[in-house]
Amino acid sequence: MEKQSTNMDQAETINPELTGAQPRRLSMDIVIHIAVAGCALIVLLLIFAIFIELVRGSSLVFHRLGLDFLAKSQWNPVTGEFGALSSLFGTAMTTVIALALAIPLSLAIALFLVEMAPPKIATIVGGAIELLAAIPSIIYGMWGLFFFAPFMADRVQPLIQRFTGQFPLFSGPPMGIGMLTAGLVLALMVLPFMTAITRDVFRMMPPVLRESGFALGATTFEVTRKITIPHTIRGIIGATFLSLGRALGETMAVTFVIGNDHGIAASLFAPGSSIASTLANEFAEASEPLYLSALMGLGLVLLVITLLVQVVAQLWLGWMRRGRGGNA
Amino acid sequence: MKPRSMNSRRWLDVAIKTLSGVAALGGCFMLGWILFVLVARGAGALNWDFFTKLPTPPGVEGGGVANAIVGTLAITAMAALVGVPLGMLGGVYLAEFGRGTRLAAAIRFSANILMGVPSIIIGIFVYAMLVQPMGRFSGYAGSLSLAIIMLPIVVRTTEDMLAMVPGSLREAAMALGAPRWKVSFGIYFRAAKAGILTGILLAVARVSGETAPLLFTSLNSPYWNRFDSVTGAAQSFAQPTANLTVTIFNQAMSPYPDWQQSAWAASLLITFGVLALTIVSRFMLQRRNG
Repeated sequence: MEKQSTNMDQAETINPELTGAQPRRLSMDIVIHIAVAGCALIVLLLIFAIFIELVRGSSLVFHRLGLDFLAKSQWNPVTGEFGALSSLFGTAMTTVIALALAIPLSLAIALFLVEMAPPKIATIVGGAIELLAAIPSIIYGMWGLFFFAPFMADRVQPLIQRFTGQFPLFSGPPMGIGMLTAGLVLALMVLPFMTAITRDVFRMMPPVLRESGFALGATTFEVTRKITIPHTIRGIIGATFLSLGRALGETMAVTFVIGNDHGIAASLFAPGSSIASTLANEFAEASEPLYLSALMGLGLVLLVITLLVQVVAQLWLGWMRRGRGGNA
Repeated sequence: MKPRSMNSRRWLDVAIKTLSGVAALGGCFMLGWILFVLVARGAGALNWDFFTKLPTPPGVEGGGVANAIVGTLAITAMAALVGVPLGMLGGVYLAEFGRGTRLAAAIRFSANILMGVPSIIIGIFVYAMLVQPMGRFSGYAGSLSLAIIMLPIVVRTTEDMLAMVPGSLREAAMALGAPRWKVSFGIYFRAAKAGILTGILLAVARVSGETAPLLFTSLNSPYWNRFDSVTGAAQSFAQPTANLTVTIFNQAMSPYPDWQQSAWAASLLITFGVLALTIVSRFMLQRRNG
């Protein structure tokens, strides 16, 4: 980098023919420099603006209710009770279910794509799974509400209950819509994302490492578990963080299938709500200043969580990239 | 570690391989299931009326979503009109003028973070910034929130594509005495044109399927925007503007079968539109690289 810029400076000073035009040309350069820097700065300013705007919008609810807003779970706009805890709980639960499923599945699919499938099949299957990421989230919601939730209610949930009896986690009427279904749909939505990154980090591993494992007589699974995964674990963790950020803020698909009930139930079959689904359902109707402010407060909580996750993810990925550069 | 027999190791290997094969097939099956459902439920309602008529009240035959189709196109186009040029210029700063500076690193970092901010938060932000002060929902507000979502994507793609242009091109141009801005815009941009275009297409594909940021910005409308004159169109775009995704949301959540049918048809339309854009841009990228 340094070297290139000195080259450029030389080019400008050496060329004698251009010295006459230099002042005007330089000023044009400065104007354009400022213009493009201004455009780039918008990105930085937007993050601050979003944060400040949500803090401003939610100041009323924090002023009136204080920390009760975060500690209580009752949410009743009619009586003016606003507790973020039930939505926060729903966001956390659906995200945990989604990641618990998406992480092992994406590892398995990446294993299939990298170690097992012939290149042509890997391209087709990999492409199909990547296309899952291009489907708009409202479509997942439609499909989830009209097809996946009934399927859960008729087949999967009764089956689970037959095995677990009245175990609290799986108790209650099998309605289809609820936390579990929302978590599963979320898992399907982050799966393509997570798989793509996992596949790429698997592929970037130097082949000699795998090959030496195979040469020692290890099976494919042993090579994956003892060599590939330990070697690429940083990338997998980075992918997990990025998927976590996606799952936390996913709105439309969750809104369709979570059931939109403000409560904290022990059962995964029970309906609930996430921060994003509460916002999607109620924001346009909120006419009371306190109600609107409470929704802005929910938004602020979600923003702070996703910002933290993103910052950690980016720092982690940056550290990973530098680490790899150092090793090579 | 206790030694295990070759047999049990083989079995474990076969079991895991089977599982990952099943997982991969399962992923493809889910894609197939969703696309099949869309075609099965939506194709029946795709008729001439669907593309040319306004939505009808529940129970009234023969409505369409023509206003929502036009609205989605207008909102997305307006978003691209704002987001793409700003994003491209921002990308030039990161790749060229600000290369290696602290400021560029900070901006790159925040672009990555902005990409991860949930789209519904962007919707709330635009509501507070534009809808509340103006006192009404508008197509402009919808476009603004989509533009904010596009901006970091376009910035980062432009930067990545410019960074792939060989440095010798720049040095050659500089050696001829070309000013820096001319090198950036005349030479770099031309060399990276295809890649940047692909990135823009992908960004447009992504935002055109967005629902959450439109819910409280452009809202929805059962009527046409005016198109009789430029000022008429500009004024009516300052009103709630129909769009496909929010129409799908409203109609799907309604208890009326004919509205749900229309929502399926609209879903089919938007999904295949977005998938087509995605596949075309992927193909372009592959052909260029390959």
